[in-house]
Amino acid sequence: MSRAKPNSDPLIQQLRSVLPDSCIVSDPASMKPYECDGLSGYRQMPRVVVLPTTVEQVQAVMKACQASKTPVVPRGAGTSLSGGAMPHKNGVVLSVNRLNRILDIDGQNRCATLQPGVRNLQISDAVEHLGLYYAPDPSSQIACTIGGNVAENAGGVHCLKYGLTVHNILQVKIVTLNGDLVTLGSTAPDSPGNDLLALMMGSEGMLGIVVEVVVRLLPRPPLARVLMAAFDDIEKAGNAVANVIASGVIPAGFEMMDRAAITAAEDFVRAGYPADAEAILLCEVDGTEQEVNAQLDRVKALLDKAGATQISLAKDENERILFWSGRKNAFPAVGRISPDYYCMDGTIPRKEIGNVLTRISAMADKYGLGVANVFHAGDGNLHPLILYDANKPGDFVKAEEFGGEILDLCVAVGGTITGEHGVGVEKIDRMCVQFDEATLAQFLAVREAFDPDGLLNPDKAVPTLARCAEFNAMHVHHGKLPHPELERF
Amino acid sequence: MEIHLDKSIASQDWAKEAEAIVRKCVHCGFCNATCPTYQQLGHESEGPRGRIYLITQLLEGHPADRQTRDHLDRCLLCRACETTCPSGVPYSRLLETGRLMLEEQQPRSGLDRLKRKAMTAVIPSTGLMRAGVGIAKPLRPLLPKKLATQLPLPDKDLTRPGSLHKRRMLLLEGCAQSSLTPETNAAAARVLDRLGISLIPEASGGCCGAVRLHTSDRERGLQDIRNRIDTWWPAIENGIEAIISTASGCGVTVKDYAHLMQNDPEYADKAERISALTLDLAELIAAETAESTPKSELAQDLRVAFHSPCTLQHGQKIVGVIEALLERYGYSLVPVGDAHLCCGSAGTYAVLQPVLSGQLKADKLAQLQLSSPDLIATANVGCQLHLRKDADVPVLHWIELLDRSKG
Repeated sequence: MSRAKPNSDPLIQQLRSVLPDSCIVSDPASMKPYECDGLSGYRQMPRVVVLPTTVEQVQAVMKACQASKTPVVPRGAGTSLSGGAMPHKNGVVLSVNRLNRILDIDGQNRCATLQPGVRNLQISDAVEHLGLYYAPDPSSQIACTIGGNVAENAGGVHCLKYGLTVHNILQVKIVTLNGDLVTLGSTAPDSPGNDLLALMMGSEGMLGIVVEVVVRLLPRPPLARVLMAAFDDIEKAGNAVANVIASGVIPAGFEMMDRAAITAAEDFVRAGYPADAEAILLCEVDGTEQEVNAQLDRVKALLDKAGATQISLAKDENERILFWSGRKNAFPAVGRISPDYYCMDGTIPRKEIGNVLTRISAMADKYGLGVANVFHAGDGNLHPLILYDANKPGDFVKAEEFGGEILDLCVAVGGTITGEHGVGVEKIDRMCVQFDEATLAQFLAVREAFDPDGLLNPDKAVPTLARCAEFNAMHVHHGKLPHPELERF
Repeated sequence: MEIHLDKSIASQDWAKEAEAIVRKCVHCGFCNATCPTYQQLGHESEGPRGRIYLITQLLEGHPADRQTRDHLDRCLLCRACETTCPSGVPYSRLLETGRLMLEEQQPRSGLDRLKRKAMTAVIPSTGLMRAGVGIAKPLRPLLPKKLATQLPLPDKDLTRPGSLHKRRMLLLEGCAQSSLTPETNAAAARVLDRLGISLIPEASGGCCGAVRLHTSDRERGLQDIRNRIDTWWPAIENGIEAIISTASGCGVTVKDYAHLMQNDPEYADKAERISALTLDLAELIAAETAESTPKSELAQDLRVAFHSPCTLQHGQKIVGVIEALLERYGYSLVPVGDAHLCCGSAGTYAVLQPVLSGQLKADKLAQLQLSSPDLIATANVGCQLHLRKDADVPVLHWIELLDRSKG
């Protein structure tokens, strides 16, 4: 898009020798929207953006960057909520959006070969006529790319039963920093050697650029039905989740929304969520008719026992889709009740849901900020959305502190700082809370094996030990040990 | 999203409205997924989220350059993003504000200005359009095929029934439509006549304002609106029941008069009344015909691909209504993929952005013709003429199909 303009930057001149001008964005106006991804509180203008259209171009860009020791930040749809695609000030943003073709659909072997810029939902749409679908379904699935899904090991509503991205990818091709094209994994059930494919999942752009992905496709279940249960108390709803999972039922999706999230989603989708409930649970079961009916009976009885004030079954497929649509659009729909939100992504043991939500609500009072909860209850993956106003000076800092405290609490009760959104730039300091030095040193060693110069998505995902030393000194100084009253796991 | 209005504009109403729109956006990026230009170009600055970002820069007083204008110019204003947006961002209003700011900051170059001037002079002027069509018609055999497809077809029934019924509604003639596809309103008048409704023609023709508003000629666009209001007002005072639009591109604009004229003390009330009275033809016919409409034999075996114009599905949020009507009258509809995407016509876009417009048209026709339909039906004159240029099958206004089946 940018027109060739005299540019004295030697890197840009070199990129011009390997890419057509239409694939290089270097004028300030056109680059400006690249300065952040879905986490707009963190911004950095890049040095240049490239939009390659072939794998060979990706290889050429990587070689050029390695030769000039230039950082590379890969970017898919830019929907990351952890700043995974935030640019580096001296670096190239490598966008994969023009590598967006579905290369092959193999119905017999139930797999599809995709370029990294293919959108998640596009996959399921393209194979619907074969009765197949791609299971991981992050809420941003309408927009997010499969390349980004691999980099973040994306989850979604249906991961409770069908697994995360890591469980649904057969093979990837990556371009390494020195420009090599490497195939990891295979379409066979197992591939020889170490499982380097798994290493790529959630590697957040630190190990290579994903340029091709073979995904596993699943047959659409013959029947799927969703129950909506309303509760007058958020803790009761949390306990209901723990009880259902403990009973041995594995719902296809099991989600929770609190009152603020219900209000926002209802305003956009009109799904028929009860407006007076403190929390709702959406519980989907799928399988054959017999299986579904048997599971529905069990789940209904358990929800009833847990104190649900209302239980309704989506009457048909349209209503089922409508129930989910409210949930999937809930994050941005919160834009209807607050100018900005900061989305957290901690996981906790399911039995702690009620307890943790109550504590988050107390923290909200302390910080004077609102919070909306909409999350994957079935796998204990919280998504508190901290409501703030970016226009108010100091509000985002407050939101960050609030978020940090939530993540500390997640770790303290035996959970983790991220379930599916990745660490990115946002949670990098909390990695120091989650892991000890020895573990972090191993993470850094893996990174170094692929990228000795530290050029691939630098300063994200894994903190240096020096950074942790600094953070831990500050952290303990400020708040002593977070949540000292809790037993450590 | 964070925004701090530049001091020089902070007290202006339009700037405050723009600020409120930016603040509604949470930067999730869902909009890019259904944006035609983002899909074609794969560039963040060519999607709604990027454009909102660029307009935010303008509103904050950062200097813009030519690239900013290019990115905003490439927006089709199809509003697919507004349908997708969970946060409810009225993007198109913000885009028009951004374009107006740029018009003031950077005058356009000679050729660009000339093209825009020519279009805003010819299309809204029914007189000039008619004259042009009158000159071109006899030359039809000599014209290149693409140009010939843009002229009114010779074999169409243009007769309209007399005004006999008690129920009377005002029919918007449209500026381009009245000259280029006069059969549409004739068919609408006949179908409604059979339903016991008489359509009153406008006292004089003219553009609803859409053409000039969409080329950032705001003042003259607003003047077009005032002229229309003055023309229609006597009929409204005479007690017409509704104002009927047969071109969704005009309908969406007239329905927006209330908003567009809200700060005009003389016209605000009238505009509000007019917006409230305005219906797309599909809304009216769906309400007037029973579920049990007998299927017409004429419709049997005709396979129709329906192209839903953006101004219908995204602008007026009328979804599935015409499709249901066509099926009720016995036509069988073929499935159409990516039905949410724009065909590339988009008012003056086909002239101003011919390359992108052509790509979108090719993609749209590929989807529409995938199941080998007998014809393509649509609901807006702009899309109809645009698709007709390259379609392998006839492209009609859907009301002609209802008229044919004498429903």
